[in-house]
This record gives sequence, structure tokens and C-alpha cells, in this order.
Amino acid sequence: MIMQTLRRPPIFAAPLTPHQPDQPILAMRGVAARYNGAYAVEDLTFELIAGEQMAVVGPNGAGKSTLFKLIAGVLEPSSGQITVYGTRPGGHICIAYVPQRSQVDWRFPVNVADVVMMGRVGKLGLFRRPGRQDWDLVHESLAVVGMADLAHRQIGELSGGQQQRVFIARALAQEAELMLMDEPLTGLDVPAQQDIFQVLAALRQRNVTVMIATHDLNLAAERFDRVMLLNRRLIGLGAPHEVFTPQKLLEAYGGHMHMVQTPNGTLVLSDTCCAGDR
Amino acid sequence: MSNLFQLLVEPLSYSFMLRGMAAAIMVGVVCAVVGTYVVLQGMAFFGDALAHSILPGVAVGYLVSGGARDVLFWWALGAAMVAALGIGAVSKRTQVKEDTAIGIVFVGMFALGIALISTMRNYTVDLVHFLFGDVLGVSPTDLVLTGAFGLLVILTIVAFYKEFLVIAFDPILAETLRLRSDRLRYLLLVLIAVTIVVSLQTVGVALMLGMLITPAATAYLLTRRLLPMMAVAALIGAASGVIGLYLSYYVNIASGAAIVLVCTVFFFVAALLAPGRGWVWQARRER
Repeated sequence: MIMQTLRRPPIFAAPLTPHQPDQPILAMRGVAARYNGAYAVEDLTFELIAGEQMAVVGPNGAGKSTLFKLIAGVLEPSSGQITVYGTRPGGHICIAYVPQRSQVDWRFPVNVADVVMMGRVGKLGLFRRPGRQDWDLVHESLAVVGMADLAHRQIGELSGGQQQRVFIARALAQEAELMLMDEPLTGLDVPAQQDIFQVLAALRQRNVTVMIATHDLNLAAERFDRVMLLNRRLIGLGAPHEVFTPQKLLEAYGGHMHMVQTPNGTLVLSDTCCAGDR
Repeated sequence: MSNLFQLLVEPLSYSFMLRGMAAAIMVGVVCAVVGTYVVLQGMAFFGDALAHSILPGVAVGYLVSGGARDVLFWWALGAAMVAALGIGAVSKRTQVKEDTAIGIVFVGMFALGIALISTMRNYTVDLVHFLFGDVLGVSPTDLVLTGAFGLLVILTIVAFYKEFLVIAFDPILAETLRLRSDRLRYLLLVLIAVTIVVSLQTVGVALMLGMLITPAATAYLLTRRLLPMMAVAALIGAASGVIGLYLSYYVNIASGAAIVLVCTVFFFVAALLAPGRGWVWQARRER
């Protein structure tokens, strides 16, 4: 701890709190948050299981981004309690937020390795240059996402899937235990999505806990242990077949969801996809 | 050949030209390095506003000191601090849009500065020096102050290099790494303020923005990483200072304007010819 305060002088870095290993990696109790006066999310109560991969689905404006910002400690809840390993998120650097591609300035003068190295800044502390170990970790993280040979590429020269994987590598270099990925699959073609799923499999092996916001109900149902159905409130949380029932989907998506009865079961059509996203 | 040599050396036989060259080089480097962040974070308007806002401080300093340069420097520095932190706070807390808030504060302060200066006897001469610089009037004391504070700015940027990089590129990452973004951002504003004061004598309030953003923007077109961008920007800033001064000596035009004009020419040459990004390359690609 003494070393930590030396490296992270409190004038320019917030103090960190140690993990309580008997506590869940993330717990929310009755959390609500306002955005421009109105409630963006309300009454959220759930726990994450360390190492699980969860998809978060819901219509636009359901509060997926707000939820992630609350967990990341970027936004304070207006009521309720959020804990990460027993204490408030603001004391932890083990949570990584992987932004939507549309939020990143791709013409910024940095290359792939520079971006991944940014993940080390929290651990490095002030006035320290990255050492051999940090560069090793950066290259190892790039290898995990299959981009070791693109370390010196300027980020604007990457494909969409590669851009997404750079930011996952940065989260790995941050030594994040909980990764929050905002729409990482949106706008990617099928091979690029497959690459992301390969990375997710590697993350599972490393016991990294992942929450992914997505519009794609099919992928959510096929690929994830648990799914969360969100529309300002928690409408369902559990195995996909328990959560994606016609009744709950209708509750989440309202008029944007159409149920069509076919001989093989109920067909669900959604028309909420992607307004404002790319 | 010896003729060209003569042309380059002759102006340097005047000590005021030598001091001017030294000041222009230092200012070119410091402005360009700080300007890199101004360009990358889209703070050009803020930088311009901050430069104009220090005018009342300069005027008060001038009035109380009767024109002593080193007194003026400290007053300008004080005014720049107040303006930087004030604009930072105003743009966060008002109901109107940020650029409107900055604009209101800046033009109000600027008007106050002009009002104060208009009470002086040599109204026009002094105003012209404050607005457009007077690099040939740089005193040895000015040079020491410029060097000391310029060095302080550069050393601070070196010390906080990775933190400033994170804040400029990804504010949410800065939050999740638990950096105190607000304080770091204010520190950057203070650095911009000090840079402006250091450059006051060379290019003046009204031409300041050219030194801050034009070399940095030129370097942005020519490089792909932050450190090379800073280095190239510094080189262009320093070169513009030197070339600009020769230009002002031989063509007999105002020195501050000459320096900024050289910066501008550099930018348009880069915009035209930058490998991969220039208009020429784009036109060839589209064909």
C-alpha cells in the first residue's frame, strides 16, 4: 500500500481499495441513476459471478450505457449501492470499459501498441516510464487478441474488428478482471464477429468476467451463459431460454417487438436496431 | 554563396535581432508542444479566448509599473491563471453552450483590457505591441523569464506525458484508471496560460493562436504518433520564428505577423503534399 501511494500521488490519482475476496466481483442493490433529470435506470439488483460472460440486451435508451458507466464508477448512482469486491467501484482499477467504436477518435496520433500501453498507466503511476515488463504485457495482450503483428499500425488503418480487439487488448494490459464491452459486435461482419468470440473464449480461460451490451438477441442467446434483459428496470436475468420468453421480450421492447406464430413456435421480430449506431 | 551567408549573418550583428531570434525560437517550441494538446482536444477557440482574456491583466500591470517589463510579466501571468481557471469553471457551470460562455467571458475581458489601455498616453503604440507583439523589443530579463517558464512548461509536459495522453484520447479510460481528470485538465489549462504569457512579447494577444495551433496542426498532418508530432511541431514553430524574423528584417513587415504567416505557409504546403493525407494524394487516389 505504501508503494501504491508513492506511485499514485493523491493529488492526481484517487486512492485504491484492496479486494475483499469473499465478496462478489460485482453486486448492485436497488440502484437508480438519473440522467438529465429523468431516471435512466431504476431498481437494479443483481450479482455477477466471477468468470462468467453475460450479454446485456434491451432497446435503445434502455440504460445499457448508463449501467456500464455506473459499474465502471464513471457515474454515481442517485440511490442504491454498487460494490466491486466489497467496496465502491471508484476505488478499483480492475474494471475496464471497452468503448463503442463510434466513440473513438481514430485519427488520433497513436499506434496500436500506444493504445494498449495506456491500459498500464493506472499501475505505472506518475513519473514512471513503461519498463520491460510493461512492454512484455502489452505484446502478450496483443497476442491474445491475435494482433501481435499489427503493434506499429496507426489505429485509423485498422479494420473494424481489429479496432475492437485493440481495445480488448488494452483492457487485458490493464489487468482488468471485469470488462464492460459496449456494442463490440455492432457493425462487424460475421468473420470479424467470430474473431471477437475467439477472444471471448480466451478471456474465459483467463477467468475474466465480461458483460457485453448487444442488440443481437440471437448471438446473446447462443453464446452467453446468462443474459440480462433491460429496459430501465431489470426485466429478466438468467439463462437465455428463461429470459427470452415472448412475454418478457414484449415487456422490454413494447411496440417495437412483433410476435409471429409459426408452426415451429413463436417468431420474434424486432425493429429497434441501431438508431444512431454504426 | 558568401552573399547568402552575408544575408543570414548581417541581421545578427544587432543584439536586438539576436535576442529576438532566441525569443522566437523558444516561443516557437513551447507553443508548438503545448499546442499539440490544444489541437488534439479541439481547444482552439479556448486558446484564442484565453490569449485575449489576459489583456486587462497586462493593462493593469502596465499602468501600475509604468511600463517595466518584468512587472508586466507577473501581472500577465496572474491574469492568465485567473482567466484559465475562470473560463474552465464558467464553461462547466453555465446554462448556455460552452463556446457561447467562453465567448462572452473572452470578449468582455478583451473589451476591459482595451478600455484600460485607452486611458494611457501612448495609446496606439502600446496597444499594437500588446496585440501583435514586439519581438525586437525583447530585453535580457524577458529572455530569462521566457526561458525559465518555457522550460517549466516543457518539463511538466514530459512529466505528465502519459496522463495527458490518456485524458486527450479517452476520458473514460482516465476515469476507470482513477486518475483525477479534473485536476489534470486544470493543470493543462494552466500550462496553456503560462505558454501564452511567455509568448506575449513575441506574437502578441491577437496572433497567439497562430503559434499555438498552426505548427501543431501541420505536424498532425505529417506524423502518426504523439511524440513525433510534438517534435515536428516544435521544429516548425522554431523554424517559423527564425524565417519570420529574417522576413520582417528584409521585407520590413511586422515581426509577429511575419512569423505567423510563415507558420501558415508551412501548414498549407503540408496540407497539399503530406504523404498519404495531402490533397494531392487524395486527388490521385480518387482518380
